[in-house]
Amino acid sequence: MNNTHLTFFFFGFVFFFLYFFPFMPRGKQIALVYLRYLVLTSIAALILAPFFWLVCSAFKDPEVLMAYTFLPPVSEWSSQTLNFSNLKKLFEKEETLEGAIYFWQYIVNSFFLASTSTMVTLFFSSLGGYALAKYEFRGRSFLILFMLGTMMIPAMLLLSPLYHLIHKMNWMDTYWALIVPGACSAFGMFLFRQAFFSVPSTLVEAARIDGCGEFGIYLNIVMPLVRPITAAFCLISFLGSWNAFIAPDVFIQTQSKLTLTVALNQYVDLYDQQYGIFLAGTLLAIIPPAILFFSLEKEFVGGLTSGAIKG
Amino acid sequence: MEKWKERLNKRTGPWLFLSPYLVLTLIFFIYPFIYAIILAFYQTNGPKSWSFVGLENFAFVLADGDFHIAVWNTTIFALASILVQLPLSLGMALLLNSKKDRLKGVFRLILFSPYLVGQIFVGIIFSVIFMPRYGMFNRFLQEVTGWGLEKRWLENPNLVMPALIIAAMWMYVGFNMIYFLAALQNVDQNLEEAALIDGANPWQLFWAVTFPAIKPVVLFVVVMSTIGSYQLFELPYALLQNAAGVAGYGPKDSGLTIVGYLYRTAFEAGDLGTGAAIGWLLAIIIFTISFVQMKIGRGLETESVL
Repeated sequence: MNNTHLTFFFFGFVFFFLYFFPFMPRGKQIALVYLRYLVLTSIAALILAPFFWLVCSAFKDPEVLMAYTFLPPVSEWSSQTLNFSNLKKLFEKEETLEGAIYFWQYIVNSFFLASTSTMVTLFFSSLGGYALAKYEFRGRSFLILFMLGTMMIPAMLLLSPLYHLIHKMNWMDTYWALIVPGACSAFGMFLFRQAFFSVPSTLVEAARIDGCGEFGIYLNIVMPLVRPITAAFCLISFLGSWNAFIAPDVFIQTQSKLTLTVALNQYVDLYDQQYGIFLAGTLLAIIPPAILFFSLEKEFVGGLTSGAIKG
Repeated sequence: MEKWKERLNKRTGPWLFLSPYLVLTLIFFIYPFIYAIILAFYQTNGPKSWSFVGLENFAFVLADGDFHIAVWNTTIFALASILVQLPLSLGMALLLNSKKDRLKGVFRLILFSPYLVGQIFVGIIFSVIFMPRYGMFNRFLQEVTGWGLEKRWLENPNLVMPALIIAAMWMYVGFNMIYFLAALQNVDQNLEEAALIDGANPWQLFWAVTFPAIKPVVLFVVVMSTIGSYQLFELPYALLQNAAGVAGYGPKDSGLTIVGYLYRTAFEAGDLGTGAAIGWLLAIIIFTISFVQMKIGRGLETESVL
């Protein structure tokens, strides 16, 4: 237990030092400022602790997994305590009733699904949002009201009828069932509509007079002006698809077509007491969204709240 | 190609651009929506045998003890989100909202990061974190309070909801903070300075100046959290996956949510008719609560204007 204590202390100290030291306050209310940083740092440490724990668990040998909360003391670091055995086991061939399956298959599936549906949804939603923002036509306000209404219906309500429909369309066990029903999101259309309001209508008109086609205006003139919201929507869409569980669980039956969420949920049962293996899998599963997020962080946080503040 | 360009003009353009949405909505929203209405009045037994049962599905669900447990659990969760988690988020946003702080971005990034992890993954991670004796959470409790090492969070029916609320808090507290922080940054600095000059203390300043200014966003976040809370499913399902041998819903259904009950009825037991009835009841609950919240929120607003 002493070791656990030390690890926590060390962990807290690292964060405190890392964030606090370079920004020593020069004002008068030093005590208060210290307190503020102290509180913020401990909150940040609490939030980061599960991530740190997850990384440690993935690389600890199964033998010592439960012996230490985070990492073994430095004096005991060796290939016996810290190694890649969890990852190796995770990527081993898995014999199922439908033949051999490798874990990377699920990563490929999830990645394919998330990127495809992101691109499709981005195109259709932005196109729809553009039509709503920059054209006057009959029935527009009704359509907007209708879209708001559809957003209030819980998705679970439509799942049983959708199940019937997908069954009838012979889309069961195909990726069509996961990509097509969500290919144009009302939420995305609102997000883009909001963004397109900031594009001057005179610009659209000028392009039209210069002989640019309607689709050309959308693609070449208007879309490049709303890059922040495009980045934000890509992230939201990717996250939604990557982390989706119910739809792939209900519509996909073949083991080799499953996504990471469903497969890892099975692994919890499959590797019952071998926590290291499915925790290593979970670690791998959260890396791609993290990479995408950190590369687009500024746009994401701004775009996320723009609807709430302005709308 | 030229012909297309001529046909696609200011009048036809919007309809063409909206056609994907209209077609998809017709097939994957309106049709299932009507289907869900019809389905709720039928008893289904496999795809072929349907029999009309009137309101019996609704009567069955409303009288079912499992449904009562599910509504109770979900309501507790929603209340915890609004009364515990959102004030914490707001507190963090207030703490973080400072003009000259180069660290703000770093903290914001850290606090937001759990939101990237899907509910299923959070559930898997926390199912090990909450393990008695070995789990990080229990060890942490033991270190800080000297109590809790042996607590069976996911096997003791009384502790399942607290564990669920803690896991959800980790995931969403920073996400909601982002909204509050964005709202706080739009508050008029002059008003706050004027209040300070007039001798307002921080408490008065918050309730008289800051809170009224961010109230629309607070209302938005409260309504969104409520809607999200009532649709909770994946997090408890993964968290309670192999706790006490009862897959997905916790011991004595202590982690059963409304959507969990729907999922179990419709897709594990195959009773789609009853599933549709549960879905409609869920929709009614969500509609009613968000309507009341907006009514109260708007009412308060007009009062403060007068």
